[in-house]
Amino acid sequence: MFHESSIREPLILGEKDYRQITEDVISPVEKKPTTFWWIAISITGTAALWGILCICYTVGVGIGTWGLNRTVGWAWDITNFVWWIGIGHAGTLISAVLLLFRSRWRMGINRSAEAMTIFAVMMAGLFPIIHMGRVWLAYWTLPLPNYLGSLWVNINSPLFWDVCAISTYFTVSLVFWYLGLIPDFGTVRDRAKIAGAKIRYRAYHILSFGWSGRVKDWIRHEEVSLVLAGLSTPLVFSVHSIVSMDFATSVVPGWHTTIFPPYFVLGALFSGFAMVLTLTIIMRKVMNLKEYITVKHIEYMNLICLLTGSLVGTAYLTELFISWYSGVEYEQYAFINRATGPYWWAYACMMTCNVISPQLFWFKKIRRSIPLAFFLSIIINIGMWFERFVIIVTSIHREYIPSMWTMFHPTFVDVGIYVGTIGIFFTLFLLFAKFFPGIAQSELKTILKISGEKYKQNGVHH
Amino acid sequence: MKKYWKSIDELRDTPEIQKLKENEFAELLPVHSVIENQAENGIASSRRDFLKLMGFSLSAAALSACEAPVVKSIPYLVKPEEIIPGVANWYASNYFDGTDYCPILIKTREGRPIKIEGNKDSKITGGAINARVQASLLSLYDTGRYKEPLKNGQPATWDECDREIAEKLSSISARGGNIRIVTSSLASPSAKKIIGEFIQRYSVQQAGDELTAGAEPDSAAAAMTQKFPANNVKHIVYDAVSCSAIIRANEKFFGKTVIPSYRFDKAETIVSIGADFLANWISSIEYAQQYGKNKRQIKHFQYEAALTLTGCNADARIPVKPSQYGNILLGIYNIIAKETGAPVLSVNPVEFSGKIEKSAMSLLGSKGKSLVVCGTNNIAHQIITNAINQLLGNYGNTIDLNNPDLTRQNDDSSMQEFITELKNGKIDAALFWNVNPVYSHPDGKDIENGLKNTGLTVSFALSPDETSSAIQYVCPDNHFLESWNDASPKPAHYGLCQPVISPLYKTRQFQESFLKWMGSNSDYYSYIRNYWKENIFPQQNKTVLFETFWKKALHDGIVEPESLILSNTALPVVETNNVLVEESVGKISGASEKSGRFEIVFYQKTATGNGSHANNPWLQELPDPVSKVCWDNYLTMSPKQMEELGLNMRQGQEEVADVVELTVSGNKVRVPVFPLPGQTYGTVGLAVGYGRTVSGKVGKGIGVNAYPLLRLEDGAMQYESADASVSVSVGKYNLASTQVHHTMMGRNIVRETTLEEYSKNPKAGNEETVIAMHGGEKLPPALVNMWKDHEKNDQWWNLSIDLSACIGCGACTISCQVENNLPVVGKDEINRSRDMQWLRIDRYFSSDEKDGDLDKMEIPSDAENLQVSFQPVMCQHCNHAPCETVCPVAATTHSTDGLNMMAYNRCVGTRYCANNCPYKVRRFNWFEYDKYSKFKDINPAQDDMGRMTLNPDVVVRSRGVMEKCTMCYQRIQDGKLKAKREGRPLKDGEIATACEAVCPTHAITFGNALDESSRVAKLKPDDRKYTLLDELDTQPSVFYLTKVRNV
Repeated sequence: MFHESSIREPLILGEKDYRQITEDVISPVEKKPTTFWWIAISITGTAALWGILCICYTVGVGIGTWGLNRTVGWAWDITNFVWWIGIGHAGTLISAVLLLFRSRWRMGINRSAEAMTIFAVMMAGLFPIIHMGRVWLAYWTLPLPNYLGSLWVNINSPLFWDVCAISTYFTVSLVFWYLGLIPDFGTVRDRAKIAGAKIRYRAYHILSFGWSGRVKDWIRHEEVSLVLAGLSTPLVFSVHSIVSMDFATSVVPGWHTTIFPPYFVLGALFSGFAMVLTLTIIMRKVMNLKEYITVKHIEYMNLICLLTGSLVGTAYLTELFISWYSGVEYEQYAFINRATGPYWWAYACMMTCNVISPQLFWFKKIRRSIPLAFFLSIIINIGMWFERFVIIVTSIHREYIPSMWTMFHPTFVDVGIYVGTIGIFFTLFLLFAKFFPGIAQSELKTILKISGEKYKQNGVHH
Repeated sequence: MKKYWKSIDELRDTPEIQKLKENEFAELLPVHSVIENQAENGIASSRRDFLKLMGFSLSAAALSACEAPVVKSIPYLVKPEEIIPGVANWYASNYFDGTDYCPILIKTREGRPIKIEGNKDSKITGGAINARVQASLLSLYDTGRYKEPLKNGQPATWDECDREIAEKLSSISARGGNIRIVTSSLASPSAKKIIGEFIQRYSVQQAGDELTAGAEPDSAAAAMTQKFPANNVKHIVYDAVSCSAIIRANEKFFGKTVIPSYRFDKAETIVSIGADFLANWISSIEYAQQYGKNKRQIKHFQYEAALTLTGCNADARIPVKPSQYGNILLGIYNIIAKETGAPVLSVNPVEFSGKIEKSAMSLLGSKGKSLVVCGTNNIAHQIITNAINQLLGNYGNTIDLNNPDLTRQNDDSSMQEFITELKNGKIDAALFWNVNPVYSHPDGKDIENGLKNTGLTVSFALSPDETSSAIQYVCPDNHFLESWNDASPKPAHYGLCQPVISPLYKTRQFQESFLKWMGSNSDYYSYIRNYWKENIFPQQNKTVLFETFWKKALHDGIVEPESLILSNTALPVVETNNVLVEESVGKISGASEKSGRFEIVFYQKTATGNGSHANNPWLQELPDPVSKVCWDNYLTMSPKQMEELGLNMRQGQEEVADVVELTVSGNKVRVPVFPLPGQTYGTVGLAVGYGRTVSGKVGKGIGVNAYPLLRLEDGAMQYESADASVSVSVGKYNLASTQVHHTMMGRNIVRETTLEEYSKNPKAGNEETVIAMHGGEKLPPALVNMWKDHEKNDQWWNLSIDLSACIGCGACTISCQVENNLPVVGKDEINRSRDMQWLRIDRYFSSDEKDGDLDKMEIPSDAENLQVSFQPVMCQHCNHAPCETVCPVAATTHSTDGLNMMAYNRCVGTRYCANNCPYKVRRFNWFEYDKYSKFKDINPAQDDMGRMTLNPDVVVRSRGVMEKCTMCYQRIQDGKLKAKREGRPLKDGEIATACEAVCPTHAITFGNALDESSRVAKLKPDDRKYTLLDELDTQPSVFYLTKVRNV
């Protein structure tokens, strides 16, 4: 058995035993949803519906319903894409990298973080599809065999790399997440059988893939988890690196930067942890999981935000320095324009939210304060959205040829689709929180005796 | 008999072969064998098979129905002899609409005209053409045209109208009533003759007399000078924008009521005072072509208030107030008079930091090879201009009075007389052809009211306008592409116009209507043929048979009997000059600035002209070369002044322009204000030709009408006023512009130098681009790239653009629009920066801040030293194309002849290529422009008639697809096929891109760079050659030649 120093804060609070954990985690799945849940899902559902209508309008009429123009070919669409895909990264980091590093604190939050990854990647994947002028031909970006031998995708195009990276990422994340869910589904199933809830039993029977809970099952489960964690780990770094190459391999000043892959990955983790914070803070309150997602968990995540936020800040400054150092007037102008041009407010917003605000986490009081952490996590998410907007729009709106300089003005459809994806995302998350065990209880039980408050106190007394 | 055999077996005639021979096909299709086998084995097709087959065919049918809608095409049942489907026929003709004269070639496909280009054989225009002439094609297919004659607004038959009009005319004539024929300037000698005959027919003294053909042999010339004996029937020539003062001045000065021919190609120094001779002044197509011939040798001074296209091209442009025009002319006169020993006039000297001295000295330095033109319609100004030109000895050299320009004959005072008569109810019949005075005359309201009380009113308007809607009988004229006609723009220069399509509607040529009403039985075709036989055929001696002559005239479109072109010898000095000059000095000194008032100039926009083309969406969407604004007119004002008045200068999609109330001599209009660097402080400019109230669906209600603000002075319409005032902002209005940033930000985009520098070092202004390497060495970009070069085989199409020659007129943009089926997207889309033109002309203003302060570099110079550069930009066809690498589906690729290709049907529309294009030349189909309701009224491709202009060789792109310049690949292919068919190599110049074909100044050269003898290959090693953004080493196939200014 592992031993954890008694100085470390317990990760499971209260007088918990195995049964109590099962009860706490599984019972929300069995009970009727709370009023708060209903209110929340009706709000997010409305937003989702609105977004879907906007998407239908776009597909029916054309990309002209957006605010794009001949100079700014990508704006909110790709901003949202990068933002969502970035958010997804924290989930993978928590479940894969922290698993490999055997960080125990991940167990309280990994389930919801992974769910967040899945839903965020779904939202992200939506944008490259609907941003196409001819959505109905989106499958042409896949390397499908066809009777015209020469008709093939362009392997040189970063967009094709995107297709590969995102589809791989989505598949691996989904499998990994589901794998973790199986033992918990088994628990729900078994409890349903005892309670005599037939429909629930049937549903979870199918979902649990016949989980038997035997040692052999557990061994295989552990092994596959480890293998998938190994597979996912490079994806944490590769996916966003590849996304960044959409920009880095271009000739656009402000995009054409070798710093982009690490810069994007760090930004992704930064925004991802901010989103995990937002979600888990809501969840621990709504689903009454305060004893499993403790202030310590929040503090850990805040520390990661502080680290990645500072690294992102360094990247911003490096970028500025390099543009000056390059001696290329277009490159220099791109950054002067970001900071002082017509979109200075977006740049200022990005700098304030992403570089200055996480510095507050140096103060213990702030990083252990739930309301402040929640507020700052939202701020970081806004800041990271603006970072992508700044990179994409303020680079291309004033490129090489001044006669073609323009501004970008979003339309209600741009806004509608973005709000819609947030709606869809939260709707899915609420459904997840209601129907799926929100905490990996089977995993959590492994640390109860190491890191549970009750056991730790006992240890001190001994 | 020889025997051929296919195989040894066959030769030996083996039994197997014999068996095989029984069947025609060596092997049965496997399907049959399966069925047969089944039948043999007693197994019929099962129900399962049937269902399988049905399911498959159903899904196949359903799948195939997803795309490729069925479009019916109907083949010729009896094919016309001259039409080969897929092969274009070109016909020669002439265009004259009262302002622009242009010999043209019309391209027809399967019997419908689809493009108009200039006729290169013409001695007048040499193949030059402008945007308006090219776009006039679309008015043929305008669904808003009159489709039949109307009587009091109700459809009527021609017979009914003919009978009633002829009856009314006879009765009016019988009682000596006044009949007035109001037309625009006429270039057609036969039409002039018909009008002459018509006048005779209905004049009192001859009323009732039978008309005998050829009664007046030279009535054409007589009609021109309008000296008819008749007093009750008059022909009034009225032009919306008048230049009658030149005619009057020449009458006073030389006793010749003409506009001379100007020879800008022979001039070394040009001084223009407010004359926009490259875009709108008299015969601008001719002048632009002459100007382009030796642009680099010309020293061009331009004095003007509002920045015009001509001013943009001037080597020295001096912003002045319109009230100073006269004094500037006098200043120049005095300096030249002093030097040449002529009497000096006593005037108050004006001072423009030595610019007047400079221009005068430059004029003196090229005596006899200089030219002074004045664009005002002020007789005093024109007399001084004449006097200067005479002192300089320009008559007989750069000004030709012996071969005058016959395209303008208008007289403002006779029009004024007509209006007075109309108001007093003295007119009994008024006939209007190609004029719209209710709209374009300041007294339009009076004319409209007067017409209501006139016994007979007839309009020959092609489509509804303000005048024709106030008229009893509308007898619609044919479109010029449906008409026979002729033209004589100059003595001994004749043009023959032929119809290229039969009339689309129940319309009739106005000449024919006149013939009908005179009781003549001949149709206009016979009439014009006769006229040519009697008048023009005898003028030449090359052909003996008239038939041959006629056919050649039809084929060539023009007849220019060289022997008859008079020598341009100097005229004797007229004695009364000094008296006239002194008189003019008095008039000029009388006009002075009014303190506290704005001065205003009324100008024509390069695209839309005097407003007769207002219903043409191509022209409405062609950005004004100077302001880059389309779909509107606006008040141009100096940025400095706008700042003082607190008006918005940063205009874009969300930042809307301020509307002010403009008052000119008591008349008020509300108009948005546009900041125009170069506009003289204290002056404003407003374009005429907007604010149509009755027009087709496109032109109605665009902008404000400036004509009511004009006034008559000294018998001539004035396009300047010193009595204007501008209020503070009274509202907001959105102006749509294709270019919202106006300076080059100190970047090396348009490379330029001065003639002085250039003669010292031909590479001046075109310094080699180098890239600093880490080791400190500096290398040309081509040595630093990692790309593999594309293989080049036989052809490598290159395009050269000479920035010294380009005047920025936009003819190429329209040519590209017509050739390549570009959609018209309308004001709202332009406002969203979604213009769809493949070829744009970038216009840059110089900035006073040369380097350093980026904020200040954004602000164009507002001072005298403002310089303007034009740069046509289309797809640069990079050989290392950034767009090609990023397309995920390889929809844009490189061709073997060095072009960047776009496979529309492969494109999925990610727009990555457009983002990665440093030149921003790619255009995305944001909507289904030919179907979506937003573009119903503006995109010609939305109605069946408008679709007729579409070039069948170019596909109409669907929504969601990227498009761009293809270097007119259909033309390249056409040329290649032609050469192949004829079994010969391609000749240089045989293939011309649409932009090259119409460029009036030959700034664009297209050709095969691998052919060493081609023009483009010879231009490539030129020291002026550079490629745009060469530091990126995209290796474009389009290259530019440095702009050289003669400063």
